[in-house]
Formats: sequence, C-alpha cells, structure tokens
Amino acid sequence: MVENRPWLTFLSHAVLIAGVIVVAFPLYVTFVASTHTLDDILSVPMPLLPGDRLWENYAQVLTAGTTKGVTSPVGRMMLNSLVMAVVIALGKIAISIIASFAIVYFRFRLRMFFFWMIFVTLMLPVEVRIIPTFKVVADLHMINSYVGLTVPLIASATATFLFRQFFLTVPDELAEAARVDGAGPMRFFRDVLLPLAGTSIAALFVIQFIYGWNQYLWPLLITTEESMYTSVIGIKRMIATGDALTEWNLVMATAMLALLPPALVVLLMQKWFVKGLVETEK
Amino acid sequence: MAAVSLRDVRKSYTKDLQVIHGVSMEIADGEFIVILGPSGCGKSTLLRMVAGLETITAGEIAIGDRVVNNLEPKDRDIAMVFQNYALYPHMSVYDNMAYGLRIRGFAREKIEERVQRAAEILELKKFLDRKPRALSGGQRQRVAMGRAIVREPQVFLFDEPLSNLDAKLRVQMRGELQALHRRLGTTSLFVTHDQVEAMTLAQRMIVMNAGRAEQIGAPLEVYARPATTFVAGFIGSPPMNLIPRDGRLMGVRPEHLEPCGESEAMLSIEVDLIEPLGADTLVYGHIGDREGTRVAARLHASVDARTGRLPLRYAPGQVHWFEPASGRRIEA
Amino acid sequence: MEKKVVFRSAWLPYALVAPQIAITLVFFFWPAAQALWYSFQLQDAFGLKTQFVGLQNFAALLRDSNYLQSFKVTAMFSALVAFSGIGISLLLAAMADRVLRGALVYRTLLIWPYAVASAVAGVLWLFLFAPSIGIVTYVLKRGGIHWDWLLQGDQAMLLVVIAATWKQISYNFLFFLAGLQSIPRSLIEAAAIDGAGPGRRFWTIVFPLLSPTTFFLLVVNIVYAFFDTFGVIDATTQGGPAGATQILVYKVYYDGVKAADLGGSSAQSVILMAIVIALTVVQFRYVERRVQY
Repeated sequence: MVENRPWLTFLSHAVLIAGVIVVAFPLYVTFVASTHTLDDILSVPMPLLPGDRLWENYAQVLTAGTTKGVTSPVGRMMLNSLVMAVVIALGKIAISIIASFAIVYFRFRLRMFFFWMIFVTLMLPVEVRIIPTFKVVADLHMINSYVGLTVPLIASATATFLFRQFFLTVPDELAEAARVDGAGPMRFFRDVLLPLAGTSIAALFVIQFIYGWNQYLWPLLITTEESMYTSVIGIKRMIATGDALTEWNLVMATAMLALLPPALVVLLMQKWFVKGLVETEK
Repeated sequence: MAAVSLRDVRKSYTKDLQVIHGVSMEIADGEFIVILGPSGCGKSTLLRMVAGLETITAGEIAIGDRVVNNLEPKDRDIAMVFQNYALYPHMSVYDNMAYGLRIRGFAREKIEERVQRAAEILELKKFLDRKPRALSGGQRQRVAMGRAIVREPQVFLFDEPLSNLDAKLRVQMRGELQALHRRLGTTSLFVTHDQVEAMTLAQRMIVMNAGRAEQIGAPLEVYARPATTFVAGFIGSPPMNLIPRDGRLMGVRPEHLEPCGESEAMLSIEVDLIEPLGADTLVYGHIGDREGTRVAARLHASVDARTGRLPLRYAPGQVHWFEPASGRRIEA
Repeated sequence: MEKKVVFRSAWLPYALVAPQIAITLVFFFWPAAQALWYSFQLQDAFGLKTQFVGLQNFAALLRDSNYLQSFKVTAMFSALVAFSGIGISLLLAAMADRVLRGALVYRTLLIWPYAVASAVAGVLWLFLFAPSIGIVTYVLKRGGIHWDWLLQGDQAMLLVVIAATWKQISYNFLFFLAGLQSIPRSLIEAAAIDGAGPGRRFWTIVFPLLSPTTFFLLVVNIVYAFFDTFGVIDATTQGGPAGATQILVYKVYYDGVKAADLGGSSAQSVILMAIVIALTVVQFRYVERRVQY
C-alpha cells in the first residue's frame, strides 16, 4: 500500500485470520466429531479436540454406511458421485465445445436460432421445472440409472458461451492458414482449436466437476435405491431420521468424505478454478 | 510454378458495396508482383481472392491453365504468408512447417527432408524444437516463410508480411526475400502499403486505389510516368507536386526543382518549413498567398535554405500533365 | 462479434449442434412447456382426471397466504444472504488486497467452501446449531440465549442465512479480489498524494470503481439465494418451522413432490421462470453495458 502504517497492516491480518477461522470452524468441528464415538458427541458440550475413533468411523461408513437408517457403504456413494461429476463435466465440455465450434466457424440456417435456444436454457434451472423433468426421465426409464443422473444435466449454456468467447479470440488467420495448409474443419478443430482450448477445458472441468459432485435436488428426485445414492444424498438420508437418533459421528465422517474430493480439486487446481469461475461469468 | 491471370476480377459484399471493381492482369511464371495501395483499397481482398479465402463475385482467376474460382485454397497449390504470421502457437517450429505436408499425406522422410532444407535456407535449424512464442519477430517471420516454402507451391502469396517488424529488421528481411525469390524463382504476389518495399521488391507492381488498379508496371516506369494523379501522389516521398496551370494539372517531382535567379524563375514559392536531412534538404512552401498550392522541393545540401521567397526552375522534359477532372495523365 | 472466416459444409454444423440441441429439447424445453401446460390444468386428488382451468391456479396462488408468505420469506432470505455475503467478502477482499505478503495464502484458505455442496453446508451448520447437542447452541445457552430453531422461526431463518452465506463468501471474495487488483495502482497513489487517507480512499475511489463488480455480484447472489440454496433448506429446516424458511423453490418442490399438487406446483414453476428471466435480462443488460466500457 501507499503509506506505511504498521497498525493498519496488523489490522488487515487480524481481520483475515478471523475470517479464515470463522470460515474453517464448521469444518474443524465436523472433523473432530468424525473422530469420536456417538456418546462423546451427545455429551454436551462435545469435545473440541480430535478423538481416537478416526479409523473406526471412516472404515464403518466407507464399507457399511451407518448402523441404522442408511446401511449402504459410503464408498459406493462416492463412486456414484465421482461418476456423476466426471460424466457431467466431460459431457458438458464435449457437447458444448462442438456446438460452439459450429456456431462460430460455420454459417448455416437456424444458426442464431440454435444459439438462442441454448441461451434460453440459462433461464430454466432444474429447480423451476422439477416435476415435468422428472416425468420425462421417468417415461424414458432413466430413474435409478447413471444415464438419468447425468444426461439431463449435460446441456450447458455457460460452457457453450465460454468456448464461443474463446473461439472468437482465436485469430482468423489461424483458420485461414489451416485452410491453405489443406486442413478441413474437423482437422482444424482437432489439430489447432482443441490444443489451444486446453486451459479453458481444464478450467471448465474444475467448475463442472464441482457442479456435478454437489448436485442435490436432481439425485434426490431420481434415486430411490440406496445403491444409486450420491454421497450428498447419503448424508441427507442419514440425518432424516431425527436429531437424537442420528449417528452424528458417522454422519460427520460421511460429510468429510463428501466434501473432500471437490475441496481438493479446488485447492489443487486453484489456478484453473479461479480462471474458470471468473471466465464463465463474463 | 505457374503464371497467374486475373480477368476482370470483381468482388461485392452486397449489391451496393463493391470493393474490387474489375482488375485484370497477366502475371508471368516466376514474376514477383507487388500490390501496392493505401489501407482499404482492396489489395488484401484481391490477394485473398487469389488464395481462395474470399469468393470471387465476377471475373476469373487462373493459376497455370486452371481456372480456380471454385477451388478450395488447399486445391489451388498456393502458399500464403500472413501479416501476423498465423503460426500455430501450440506446435513447434518443425510441426508448423510440416503440418501442411502431413495433411497432404507426405511420407515422413520426405517431410523431414523438405523441412530441413527450408530450415537450412532460412537459418532456422537451431529453432526447430521451439514454440513460436519463444522466437523473435524476425524468426517467426521466417517460420511463416518456411511453412510456405516446404509446400513448393506454384504461387507464393504474401499479405503485408513485413509490417509487424521493426524498421531495421524490415530492411534485412526485404533483402532475404529478394534472395529467396532469386533462388526459388516462384511466382509471387506481395501485398504492401509501403512504397519502399514495393519499389525494391517488385518486378512489376499494381497500384490500387478504391478497388481499382490505377497503374500496372515496373517500379521505375510507374515512378517516371505515373498514370494518374493518385499514383503521382502516392509514390515518391515527398510526393509529386501537382500545380494547376492553364486548366490542367502540372506534376513535377520535388527533386526536379532547383533554385535559380529571379529572372529564370518558372515557379516561385514562399518557404515556411525546412527539413535538413543531411544528404539533401527538403523545403516546403506555397505559391502566392497562404491559401496557394503547397510545393515541396528537394535541394542539394549545399544550398543555404531560408524561409521566404524562393525562385525555382525545372527542365520542361520532367514535367507531367494531368486532366484535373479524371486525374488521368495527358500524353505529350 | 462474428468470424469473417468460415468453413462450408451442408451437414456438419447441424451434426455438431445436434447433441446439445437434442438434450436441450428433451430435458429443458419439453419439461418447461409441460410446466406451462400443467399450470393451466387442475388434477383431481387421485391423478385420474385433469381439466383445463385457465388462470385459476395462478389466481389461487395469489390468494394463498402461504404462497405470499413464501414470497416474503424468499425476499428476506435473499436480501440477507446477498448483503451479508457481499459485505463480509468485500471486507475480506479489501484486507487481502492490502497485505503484501500472504494474499495468496489467505485466498487459498478462504475459497474452499465453494466446493462444499449446499446440502453438506447445511448439515455442517445444522450440527453446530443443533438444539440439544450443538456446540454453538451450548455457548449461546451459557450466554443466556435460548436457542431452538425447531420452534423459533427467526432462529431458523438465521441458521439458513448463515449456512447459505458461508458457502457463497468464497465466490464473492474471488470476484472482489480480482476487481480490487485490477484497479490501477496509480489512481490510489494519486489519491494519496491528494491527501486522502486509506479509509477515505476506499470509499471515494475504490468502492465506486468496484461498483460494476458489486452490482454483478448482487444479481448473482440473488439468483444463488433463489435457486441454489435448495440443498441448504432441505438439509436443515425443510422450510419450517411453520413455513418460516420456506423459500419459493422449496415450496415448488414440496407442493409438487410431497403434496402432489401438479397444477399449483406448475403455476409456481411458471412464476419462478418469469423471475429467472427478469434476473437474466438484468444481468445481461449489465454485461452488455460492461462490454462497452
């Protein structure tokens, strides 16, 4: 900053550290709770230092879920979440990148019509068309299937816009040079555009992976079998039985398992994450 | 290698917006042609029509004995060097040059041989593994030329390839381009707005203005006998003076004016700006009052130039006459 | 903006847009059209008969005090989430922009809640505030505050606002930090030379220059509070107690899925769509304007 005022710098750090602590506090308590027995947690106030049941609790939920209520292994749920996150992220990227390639690099009838059609989907989040969408999926016999979990969420206006934006910044001369070199459209797409879009793809993957992993309403509607639960749904089902009956130590272990993969993706791919977040909102 | 024919080539974007108004030219096999003109005159459009990157609205373009109007760029057997080079940023120098050959299905050894030879000619051997961003402007320029050379096409097309280089490098690359053309002898079309590039590189040039070819000819011939006032004003620095005389326009180049005594004066100007350049001195002034025609003269450095009245004379043989309305040259 | 260079093919572009368009038609337009259709229908209790009733479902909604209550709750909820989220993030971002060392470390420590699913965020805070065993409940009780959001509507609202805000802070923080870092240093220095202290500089120079970012975040946060907080609500209060936290999206879900009121739920969907369209238009007009700057 411009002037040197030590107390101001000190204040800034103090505010930031306070912010970090408040933001991290729920996570810390969750972790602590996941390392105790249920009795420890139910004795008010619960301990604020980690206990010795870390291994037992995590092994229990990963292989067998809770002892009452949800008895499916959380390992299976995490696998479901992973499939959902990866398929949605890759699917969105794949169909959006080819659609925007067509819209940017070709002139064809209905081009703008298609463009607006994709745009309008921004205005139709799943939350506002819950029941009819559920009906469509039910009629197509996609309930309790990976296809039903993923395909309806794969259309993406944001990804299409991001790639369109990116393609528009690619110099025209590159496409001309490729034409003179003898490359057809798909060859140009594969050899030139795809490698150049690498960072955009990575950024979008991070954002969409988190989006897919964290889906809630959709899997809540279309998964009725425990074997198809995602980890987020699993947690919800575990606490549904009521305050006193909830095995909080196991719920919290499941919560840790459910939030760890996307949190790691954000932290390890921070650069792409920030880029993806800031650019998809342009 | 091949000859190129432009036969009354026209381009319109809409019914009312015509950008090329019928250009015709026969380019001989191995000729180096420069298309010169100010920005927006249609010179790049013309080149891109030869390349196949713009459609031809009317007329015909032939390369060799094939009319190429409806051929894709890849089928025209041409190679192009772009103003911003258009190198593929994610490919190495080697891959940039090899890409066109790979698409055409050349054998690996053949590609290797051609790329190595082009790299040799262009002194790029050291850089073959680098990405374009790790190269200087001049090196990128050379890679762009290398990409054209390896294809061994019938025609080279250059779209202002030197305009992104700094002044010194531009002079150097000009020399290298000339040497390259001497060595390969490939028919070349070169677009530029820089008259020095045009004068030094061209065997013949087309001077374009507002979508029309104002004059086609060898550089010195164009300089010595400009066909229109536009050409007279565009080529030469400072440009030819155009002075109204007897209902016509008299053109005389600044270097053809020399100071003289009052009695011999064929022209008198009021000097108001002096630019000593070392080898010679440019003086600028106006005839008569301040609103009068402005005239520039290139004087020998030994002349002691001052502001104020300056009597000038010229040899009658070095004067050009133009029709004021059409701007056309009037032959003596 | 358009490319001047294009490829030509009679079928390829259609093939390329086909997957996206197919999914859009089947899972977006068709259901949306059906929502619109159902919103004009009345279904009997057994789902056997339907009849066209025109705007009756909408009229019924506007007379329904529960629905109007849900509107109020949503307005309150989104205002609280948007303002507290924006305020806290702006404070943190301004501080992070001030410190020369460690800004990246703070960023890392503050952005991870973005990765937490809203339902999981709800569960985390639910546990802290659980009426009988929650650690925060315990501290509050020691401080003389009786905490039981299962009974107290205000407390339930506070709980969902905290959980929803907590999750959104990282997003706002990133945008504010990027906005702050794009303000030219020379402007701040010029203000300092003019004699403005740090606080004054912030309110007279920095904050006005950030206003596009702030406005953008305001819209995004409202959209977030409207739609993306479904998980928070469902995992914690489930709209209760007595509808105190029943936001519009939750009511659509509840009426449609739990109460199986197809017509009423669809009419609510249609109203929600109208709200999304309005918000999207606002957002895009703003984006267009920003592009012109």
